[in-house]
Amino acid sequence: MSLELKNVEKKIGLDTHIYPTNLKLEKNTINILLGPTVSGKTTLMQIMAGLDKPTNGEIWFNEKNVTGMKVQKRNVSMVYQQFINYPNFTVYDNIASPLKITGVSSDEIKQRVGKVAELLKLSAMLNKKPNELSGGQQQRTALARALVKDSDLILLDEPLANLDFKLREELREELPKLFEDRDCIVVYATTEPSEALLLGGNTATLLEGKVIQYGKTLNVYNKPNSLVSAQVFSDPPMNITKIKKSGESCSFLDNSVNWKTKINIKDGEYKVGIRPHNITTYKEGNNSLEIKGKVLISELSGSESLIHFTRGNLNWVSLSNGVFQKNVGDEMKLYMNADEFIYFDENERLVING
Amino acid sequence: MNKTINQKAWFFVIPVFVLVAFNAIIPLMTVVNYAFQETFGNNVFMWEGTRWFKQIMLSERFHASLGRQFLFTFIILFIQIPLGIAIALTMPKEGIGVPICLVLMSMPLLIPWNVVGAMWNIFALPDIGFLGHSLNALGFDYNFTQQIGDAWFTTILMDVWHWTSLVVLLSYAGLQSIQPAYYQAAEIDGASRWAVFTKIELPKMKKVLTIAILLRFMDSFMIYTEPFVLTGGGPGNATAFLSIDLVKMALGQFDLGPAAAMSLIYFFIVLLVCWVFYTLMMRNEGNQ
Repeated sequence: MSLELKNVEKKIGLDTHIYPTNLKLEKNTINILLGPTVSGKTTLMQIMAGLDKPTNGEIWFNEKNVTGMKVQKRNVSMVYQQFINYPNFTVYDNIASPLKITGVSSDEIKQRVGKVAELLKLSAMLNKKPNELSGGQQQRTALARALVKDSDLILLDEPLANLDFKLREELREELPKLFEDRDCIVVYATTEPSEALLLGGNTATLLEGKVIQYGKTLNVYNKPNSLVSAQVFSDPPMNITKIKKSGESCSFLDNSVNWKTKINIKDGEYKVGIRPHNITTYKEGNNSLEIKGKVLISELSGSESLIHFTRGNLNWVSLSNGVFQKNVGDEMKLYMNADEFIYFDENERLVING
Repeated sequence: MNKTINQKAWFFVIPVFVLVAFNAIIPLMTVVNYAFQETFGNNVFMWEGTRWFKQIMLSERFHASLGRQFLFTFIILFIQIPLGIAIALTMPKEGIGVPICLVLMSMPLLIPWNVVGAMWNIFALPDIGFLGHSLNALGFDYNFTQQIGDAWFTTILMDVWHWTSLVVLLSYAGLQSIQPAYYQAAEIDGASRWAVFTKIELPKMKKVLTIAILLRFMDSFMIYTEPFVLTGGGPGNATAFLSIDLVKMALGQFDLGPAAAMSLIYFFIVLLVCWVFYTLMMRNEGNQ
């Protein structure tokens, strides 16, 4: 089983919503579409589902061309950011609705709904109507509707975005388990890099209607093929600075930071990406490279400190474990490890990392 | 929390209170006053207790006009609500068509009621009116000033023309607020157009439809100007709805006591029907 997009393009009027895209999704995988809002995630999903037709290109499912085939004939399910359930049906009838239409026997419906409801912890509320449920339970019902059908393709369009923090964490942990042992392809759209890392599988980074990179999630994270891909897959945003290299010695363009390197790239100017968690307020292992900055904002969470600071006219972000209270305007020292830098050439393509 | 005590605040409350007193409470109390007493002018009143109420409740004339009123209201609700929903469903959802349709739909609502009556009167006149003349030319024996059926037909047609737009606009607003994802989800399930209507659109429109039915019930139950200008309640008493009959009794015959009792009964019927209807519709909407 596989889903393949061949040169899929979507234009509406003069606007290009999806630039020609090639993507092959394999059986039993979770595929994450990661990108900011209006990067084309939803459009791409609707094309995959058959809710929308591509302007050019073809969609192949199981080595069969399904371009233009109606969504009802494709055996797909979809879960949306909004909690979409039939308002007048009970939770039971909502979950059963996709089965009823296809004419499954009522005994089997009962058994399958019961099983899915248990999996999603909805057994106690099968007789309630959606508006009597919390947001989390409403979304669980929508998920159950998607899972009960044994679809070949399950599409989830930012399913956790409308939930509050706690419910989101809870459901996010359960999600990978739900898709285990299922003979299907899962596509999951999100704006949050942390969600992609948590779900694993494969990730495609998207920006402005283009798929930037597709591969194993950790690979995409560790070896972004371009600066753009790295930026999409970084939250808080990645720090970027220009450096120059000659022989074994490297330095920031303003000469404020110098280090020795053994990496084998030719001399010249590069852009370097540094992830926020690789800049810390304390020395740790090999991160002996010291930079100075002026505190702009310091945000504390229970266990982490996010410090925005300026160097020259650039804003930087650092993420440290532990709670460090800094006052706005303070000069401070931060530490990083040159081995964790990601180098990009003048075309912003990856040269080498570490 | 400490409340700030500021007696000057009364200056903001009193004007509203005085206004409401003058335009609602005092007139209503005057009616109550007349409903329980007999008067021969010169401000001489005699206590009559519930005599006028009994008289009205037992009068055949009241039963007849109440019957006509309910019949009229049910007919126009039965036509306007489904028709309004149907028109709203066919209206465009985006593009230049939207403002055009909305403006066209609002037009009848902007016309003063007595103008609507006069317009339809002329329009339906059997000799010179476009509608009346055309119907007769087509071979129908149509004369709304003389035939009861024609008078009802014309009154109902006029009300449908005047007020269906309100139902359309409310239904349209209800439809527009349904997120596209609902339609997609139904498409994925393979739901039929009819299922989409009954399982998604109708439930989602429930609240605006409740409002539409309430407004149309109240307005049509209290209708006066349009039939008064169109038919004057005739032929005979055939289109004398409650309010027309009430005005005849109060100002034509100057039976102030029975008329006052009748207006109070009238008022309570409207109140009761609206309350029962609203409570039934909103029974399960507690936590939304």
